[in-house]
Amino acid sequence: MERLSQIAEVVVDRDTMIEMYHRMLLARAFEETVFDVYRRGWMPGLAHLADGQEAVPVGVCMALRPDDTITSTHRGHGHIIGKGGQVEPMMAEVMGKATGYCRGKGGEMHIADVKLGILGANGIVGGGIGIAAGSAFTAKREGKGRVSVAFFGDGAINQGIWYETANMAVLWKLPLIYVCENNQYTEYTNYRKLQAGEGLVARAEAMGMPGLEVDGNDVLAVYSATLEMVERARRGEGPSMLVCHTFRYGGHHVGDPGTKYRTKEEIEEWKAKDPIVRFEKVLVERGVLSPGDIEEMHSKVEKRLAAAVEAGRNAPYPDVSEVTEHVYA
Amino acid sequence: MSTRELTFAQAIREALDEELARDPNLFILGEDVGAWGGVFRCTEGLYEKYGPDRVIDTPLSEEGFVGLAVGAAMTGMHPVPEIMFGDFITLAMDQIVNQAAKMRYMTGGQVKVPITFRATMGAGRSSGAQHSQSWHAWFAHVPGLKVVVPSTPYDAKGLLKTALREPNPVVFFEDKVMYAKIKGPVPEEEYTIPFGKADIKREGSDITLVALSRMVHPTLAAAEMLAKEGISAEVIDPRTLTPLDEETLIQSVCKTGGAVIVDEGYNRFGVTAELAAVIAYGAFDYLDAPVERLGAMDVPIPFSPPLEFTTIPDEQKIVERVHKVLEGRRR
Repeated sequence: MERLSQIAEVVVDRDTMIEMYHRMLLARAFEETVFDVYRRGWMPGLAHLADGQEAVPVGVCMALRPDDTITSTHRGHGHIIGKGGQVEPMMAEVMGKATGYCRGKGGEMHIADVKLGILGANGIVGGGIGIAAGSAFTAKREGKGRVSVAFFGDGAINQGIWYETANMAVLWKLPLIYVCENNQYTEYTNYRKLQAGEGLVARAEAMGMPGLEVDGNDVLAVYSATLEMVERARRGEGPSMLVCHTFRYGGHHVGDPGTKYRTKEEIEEWKAKDPIVRFEKVLVERGVLSPGDIEEMHSKVEKRLAAAVEAGRNAPYPDVSEVTEHVYA
Repeated sequence: MSTRELTFAQAIREALDEELARDPNLFILGEDVGAWGGVFRCTEGLYEKYGPDRVIDTPLSEEGFVGLAVGAAMTGMHPVPEIMFGDFITLAMDQIVNQAAKMRYMTGGQVKVPITFRATMGAGRSSGAQHSQSWHAWFAHVPGLKVVVPSTPYDAKGLLKTALREPNPVVFFEDKVMYAKIKGPVPEEEYTIPFGKADIKREGSDITLVALSRMVHPTLAAAEMLAKEGISAEVIDPRTLTPLDEETLIQSVCKTGGAVIVDEGYNRFGVTAELAAVIAYGAFDYLDAPVERLGAMDVPIPFSPPLEFTTIPDEQKIVERVHKVLEGRRR
């Protein structure tokens, strides 16, 4: 079902490449740190991690303007970081602390930073798709060339909301980019068992919009394809769909090792295509970063995450009096 | 103030018209709301007046257009989605309950979600079990939503204008039987009615009748019948379920000592149950008999008229319940 589209790689300047790499490192380190925080019992509930998928959110979001919006999923930490979210209030939110992005009311599945155009991660599979369509509707009316991105997974493509909004988005030429992050598993089941037809580009085309299919572990391919779709949307030509094939290293959530329904070979095969390792090679080959620079960036990110954990642990829980705040405006 | 008589539908239409003119961020969307003017004529002429970008004909995609409305609201618009038959609101439940109602809370107050969902309710038209239901209680159960259930053209216009200025999601229920049949005075001058203020539709001293939406009308007719028997009934319309004016209900029952609650929603776990609890708790020492609950029978709404009318409250049933309460008091 995977037929990668031919996309010319765009020229990316040095600073943009370094920032891409930085955000990918942050996204990876955030997930690894949250897993550690979970194991130590420093956070309530569960977490849905996306380590292995970093090229998709970063490649997409780096192609966006600050005023463009995104909606995210239950596996959304990478999208938040990709759009410029800060790991400190994210970590505090994961821990349910008052210093979190949502003052501890959202939790790891519902992080939002509306000022950055992040209209929220969403606990309902496909839940962000309607909101993204609405943001695209507003954007079209504003007429400032703003676009809206809906991130969702291979599970959400089988939800009715995709078809209903796709129909309206094409009819009304909304500046909406559907980004399907296919990490191969819809919770605990391989997507091939759940998906009829000739793949998702065919579904997009059936709805009347173009689709592109890319190696979701190649950040430059994701970025290049997104730019093409974003420019199309800004020109007023309507929605499109980007399908990114990638893989989550962990299970559905932190309590699931993800090894019962996936073979060791499959996991190793994908780890050999790690998006960060691959991008490091490109950066070194092109002389953007030296191995020393890379090491230094790694260590800075690790230190930042360690400090975020420390700050989160020391932060207060929200006062119980806040429980009735924000129900109504 | 000069007034004229408007139908319920005309009052709704006038509120929409005035608010579309006042607020450029307001837009209506729904099935056949545009060029056709709405199947219940509530948007008649608005498409011509405000154009296809503000009165938008959508595909038959309740989840899709309601979901789109949530995102538009979060980014600064005030959408007014119309759910033609309230029964179809089931198709949009995730968007209303999981998205619209909680977005502000889950984000710690980062967003406002100003949406006015207009939906119909009400049986009595032989429309069958999927076009006759009254689901207002469901939404009164969800924190984050406000729920409005007007009974007269005057209330409908004033409350809808308030809803259209609310920074929160509001589910506004219109009983479709009232659209053409119920007429009433509506001032020419602009006015709004605040949420959370019950209206005493008829003053009385022997028993409190609480009714909402269309049920106010058979309840007023019942009060008239009771007056002929020498029974003075007070009729109270809460007008909004969220927020709920508990005080007015309790005060009335403290005065009368008994209550019958009339609603077209189902009895079981419904509005009648909640209002009975409010009264039982707030006026416990003043009650001479248990609070009577007269909701729709707990069956799917049948098609055949004799069956259908058996399931919903009417004047006669209300009078019977009042007699039951008053007999209980004598015991």
